[in-house]
Amino acid sequence: MKSMKKFLAFLCAAVLLCACLPLSAGAEPVTITVYNWGQYISDGTDGYIDVNAAFTEATGIEVNYVTFDSNETMYTRLKTGGSSYDVIIPSDYMIGRLIAEDMLEELNFDNIPNYQYIDEAYKNTSYDPENKYSVPYTWGTVGIIYNTKYVDEADVGSWDLLWNEKYSGKILMFDNPRDAFAAAEQLLGIDINTESSEDLRAAAEKLAEQQPLVQQYVMDQIYDKMQNEEAWAAPYYAGDYLMMVEENPDLAFSFPKEGFNLFIDAMCIPKGCQNKEAAEAYINFLCDPEICAQNLEYLGYSAPSTAAREYMDPESASNPIAYPSEDILALGESFNYLPTEVNQEMDSLWLEVKTGSLSPESGGSQNMALYIAIAAVVVLVVVFLLIRGSQKKKKANRGTH
Amino acid sequence: MRRSTWLSGPYILWMAIFTIIPLGVVVWFAFTDGAGHFTLDNVLRLGDYLPIFLRSVWMALAAALICLVIGYPAAYYIAGRSPMAQRFLYMLIMLPMCMSFLLRTLAWVALLEDTGIINGFLEALGFTPLHLIRNDGAVILGMVYNYLPYMILPLYTVLLKIDPRLIEAAQDLGCTGAQVFQKVTLPLSVPGIVSGFTMVFVPAISTFYISQKLGSTSSILIGDVIESQFKGAYNFNLGAAMSLGLMVIVFVCTAVMHRFTGDEEVVTL
Repeated sequence: MKSMKKFLAFLCAAVLLCACLPLSAGAEPVTITVYNWGQYISDGTDGYIDVNAAFTEATGIEVNYVTFDSNETMYTRLKTGGSSYDVIIPSDYMIGRLIAEDMLEELNFDNIPNYQYIDEAYKNTSYDPENKYSVPYTWGTVGIIYNTKYVDEADVGSWDLLWNEKYSGKILMFDNPRDAFAAAEQLLGIDINTESSEDLRAAAEKLAEQQPLVQQYVMDQIYDKMQNEEAWAAPYYAGDYLMMVEENPDLAFSFPKEGFNLFIDAMCIPKGCQNKEAAEAYINFLCDPEICAQNLEYLGYSAPSTAAREYMDPESASNPIAYPSEDILALGESFNYLPTEVNQEMDSLWLEVKTGSLSPESGGSQNMALYIAIAAVVVLVVVFLLIRGSQKKKKANRGTH
Repeated sequence: MRRSTWLSGPYILWMAIFTIIPLGVVVWFAFTDGAGHFTLDNVLRLGDYLPIFLRSVWMALAAALICLVIGYPAAYYIAGRSPMAQRFLYMLIMLPMCMSFLLRTLAWVALLEDTGIINGFLEALGFTPLHLIRNDGAVILGMVYNYLPYMILPLYTVLLKIDPRLIEAAQDLGCTGAQVFQKVTLPLSVPGIVSGFTMVFVPAISTFYISQKLGSTSSILIGDVIESQFKGAYNFNLGAAMSLGLMVIVFVCTAVMHRFTGDEEVVTL
């Protein structure tokens, strides 16, 4: 009897304890989903900080971290829905597009006090003029990475290196329309924010001219290809060059003399976010000068905050590739937001470039091809019917014998 | 009769939900524009991509033919071994399929690259390196490697089922080995050839990853174009129209193929 009572008491205690446990542990742990570029956060390799782990330790908020390889991929993902993200880190022009299409939440800057450390130069930008939707994560430049072992120094310095037949099959190219068009436009002396159809077509034709020389259109795969010398020249972001050169010291970086893209990648909260406050806490954490310094020292990208640069080791904080001189920076141009129709036009021209089907001018040839297609189908169907008919006849003959 | 209809109910339901309805969605996307209005533009634009369609058909046919040439003798050999050996060889054929298709393709990249394993080997032996990757041949190689089991397995099953008494009868009646093969084995294995050919051709024609990894920038296939319409360009309508076009090509090709075998039951389009 006594033991029965004891057992019941134990059972009650156990039940109570179980009921209390989740409460005392702070209910269910909050998880946020962060959607960022690949290879774009310090993840604890080579003794550097693991930013997401440090954030979880500081706040108790879990981070579900996923990556994309181009702004366009990210845009398609957001647009098609099916998954929700709390923090995204796209580039300037894409933020402009997301704002115009009402896909971003306004940020509550009371939860992001570290915003004060961001330099004035990275506020009131053309893509987010009122600083309502985004907090700069990094900035950087686009240039040409090349291998000094194979590329003649005399050929370096201009975008035309990527059109140089000497290096046919050893050239990589951006696998996203905006960066690829910018390279062609700068080579042709066209404004990289052009909205005119003729300009876009001219750039597309220039890219089509390059297509046979290109080994592959790549984004993150550029790391492998350049490091193991499968390719010799490629346009990419300066910060990634600084990571690559640590693996292969023969790589060099050049700022094209015709100009280059100067970009800002910024943190935003998309509509449909599940936990806005936690997302803002994450943004705030990444703006913390000490965290920002440790993160960017690993990444090689440039810090949008002078306060953070003070925490870096002086060599990284004054690296001429990450923080180029005023003269070079003067050649940089930022992307502006382009209207949706222009983006779509660029997307479809880009696809034609990549598939080698850029029609000289729409019209005649298009219809020709269609007629050929219809004719081919008709011929096939006729052949099909003929064979069927002859076989039926054979069978019928066989039957009579 | 009624009972067998009732038994196929779950499959019919499955097919309705996961085949018929999605197919309807594809058709709907193919004939509408971004705003959901009816348009023929997407279908008319397919003409622009005709060279890519034709290249895809050509590459898939080449891959299927090579698979047949390699796969038939292999299946014939396996079917003639002892049951023990058969099980072992069957497993060997299946084994590569246990690994991710993406990994297998990436492994080929590492092998064939200019700075890859094969060229490293050649250079170490003092030969001049070869340019092996980024051409149509490499893409076909990738397809053959990935889809060969789909050719061997149906052939093996059919060859195994051939009644050995038929072969013995042919031998008794004075056929030489070659004649037995030509007059008995080969005709009886035609259903296996057709189904193996189809099982290689259909995935090969819609291949997309292999051509990006092993092909050059000009050996892009229709599968790659469809992928980029959905992944990057955000033009579902054109992508759906292309998928529809591809489906028509596949239907026509398989129909013609089945015609040649005279197998009435298979062709129920």
